[in-house]
Amino acid sequence: MGELLASLMRGLGTGGVYAMLGVSFVIIYRATGVVNFATPALMILGAFFTGYFGVSIGLPFIVSVILAMIVLAAIGLASERIALRPMVGRPAFSAATVTVGLFIVFLVLAGRLLGSELLIVNDPFGLNTLDVLGARIFTVDIARLIVGLVAIGLVGLFLTRSRTGLAMRATAFDQETSLAQGINVGRMFGLSWGIAAAMAALAGAMLVAGSSGVETTFALVALKALPVIILGGLDSIKGSVVAGIIIGIAESLTRTYQPQFAPWLGANFDVIVPYLIMIIVLMVRPYGLYGTKEVVRV
Amino acid sequence: MSSATSKSRHTTRGRPRLYTNYASEMAIFNTGAKRLWILIGFFALVILPFLLDRDMVSLGAKVLIFAIGGIGLNLLTGYAGQVSLAHAFFLGIGAYTAAVLGGEARGGVIGLGWDMAIWLPLAGLVPAIVAAVIAPLAARVRGLYLAILTLGLVFIGEHIFKEAKPITGGAGVGRAPAEPVFLGFDLFANYEVFGIEIDRYTMLFFTCLVIFVVMALLARNFTRSRFGRSFAAVRDRDIAAEVMGVSLLRTKTLAFAISAFYAGIAGALFSIVIGRISPETWNFFLSVDFLAVIFIGGLATITGSIMGAIFVVMLPQLVNALTRYLPIDPGVGGGGLLNVFELQSIIFGVLIVVFLIAEPRGLYGLWLRVRNYFKAWPFSY
Repeated sequence: MGELLASLMRGLGTGGVYAMLGVSFVIIYRATGVVNFATPALMILGAFFTGYFGVSIGLPFIVSVILAMIVLAAIGLASERIALRPMVGRPAFSAATVTVGLFIVFLVLAGRLLGSELLIVNDPFGLNTLDVLGARIFTVDIARLIVGLVAIGLVGLFLTRSRTGLAMRATAFDQETSLAQGINVGRMFGLSWGIAAAMAALAGAMLVAGSSGVETTFALVALKALPVIILGGLDSIKGSVVAGIIIGIAESLTRTYQPQFAPWLGANFDVIVPYLIMIIVLMVRPYGLYGTKEVVRV
Repeated sequence: MSSATSKSRHTTRGRPRLYTNYASEMAIFNTGAKRLWILIGFFALVILPFLLDRDMVSLGAKVLIFAIGGIGLNLLTGYAGQVSLAHAFFLGIGAYTAAVLGGEARGGVIGLGWDMAIWLPLAGLVPAIVAAVIAPLAARVRGLYLAILTLGLVFIGEHIFKEAKPITGGAGVGRAPAEPVFLGFDLFANYEVFGIEIDRYTMLFFTCLVIFVVMALLARNFTRSRFGRSFAAVRDRDIAAEVMGVSLLRTKTLAFAISAFYAGIAGALFSIVIGRISPETWNFFLSVDFLAVIFIGGLATITGSIMGAIFVVMLPQLVNALTRYLPIDPGVGGGGLLNVFELQSIIFGVLIVVFLIAEPRGLYGLWLRVRNYFKAWPFSY
């Protein structure tokens, strides 16, 4: 029982982070129709800047996370303006390949900034645990879930309640009509990249929190948000949250029970569970749990 | 027929784009200049290894291998329009098929030690069969969904490679590749022919060259066949293609299988050139390298794939040459602005972005611009 509870809670924690990364993908996909393969590198850059402001300069964790989110939002805005804006009107996979190029550039940049050290952040959680019903639960997992839900809730509020959020949703719905209504569509694209990059930074900071340091190749973890958005639906924020938690728990339960019940699947099988789920979803329901079914004009 | 062709050649001298019959227009090298340059290029490639040092010859072999793999990916992504990040996975299957059939059983791995005449075709066929099994799944999704699906395949493939210890040697250990012994004739040994010494790296280069020429000609031939045209139809508008009677499932399956065949051959040869293969070789980043080959080289051109392969493989050499003039640290240490590997990766990433934005037809497109400039000279505006 204790083992199950601990595993579930860890799953909820990583699920919260996956949900944030998923939302980062979804915001860009909704606005521009592009799957942003640069997200992993943005995430690791965000974690780096959190560590830089927190560990090297000595600011409190919350301040350094917010500063890192601002820096990443600026990077997101700039990369949209420089690399993605010229791709408007081109095939979606060309634009997606541009983000693969950005991924390489940012990953090298992060590696260079980090040097030979491990990436750490000055989070207050560390390896602290709580004792709940006989299960050891890491406080960082609780923090991840809460931060994830709050951040996504704020983005949701922004999109539904504010004037700019309305403009963003209008842009996502129909670009030409939005232009005709006086919405600056280009600025909305930039804004969505800014929000998505800040979201990725927050996810990165929360993912590195509670670990004893990671390398830049850790960035590939963020690609697990792709199964999340496929399961949840490419254009659904609600889907990201639900799917993030499902994937997080599935992965965590596999890590706890697979070595015991199915050792023949090999070590670290949990790493590929999200991708297996994704392939099944693509076969059965390609638009995901909450996504809009793709309608093709003949 | 032959007299008609020779007559048309004679009358069209100096007017290479004037075709007087269908056969000459559809010819594989439809202008005299192309025929001439292919011949010159081929002889240059035969002589080149004797003028270069050993490292450069090995690098040359790697260029040819990347060209084979690049042509495979280009048939799938460029011609059939199915973007795939799983190319590294198929290279891996090819490499391990070759290693199991043609390698030595040593250190707990399976190795049958068969001849290259058996393992080389099978190194292509086994990935092609795997791809044909996966393709019906992949044919259900399109565009970005397909990119994400194939990305999943790379990670699942890497896991399988790491766990299948009797075949791959396991994570961090790896195994020796297949032995290139063709009909009892060792293609990775030193020889002396008519007093000219041919070292083993040059032999390997020639092996790759022969396979490359065959594969490139086959691909070029394929693209102007009925199936090649059906690939382009599916890429340009899949629904319209289906209405016209092109089976989407069959075309996509064929595209995946052929692409995997090329990848498998490339993987088998690549494993011989790098000498020892570990499961980590066939990862996401290798797939990105091949995407770079076709996007930098030029989508939907065989020549472009070759240009892209030259560029991607030779980039490190270029960067090394530049280190003297830029504030770059030649080693892996901390000094300088960037070290060589980092600069190389950055140039790589930036060039993918720049080419997609500025010249989507890639290096081949640049060449077309140059050619058209001189073709229209002195009225090139």
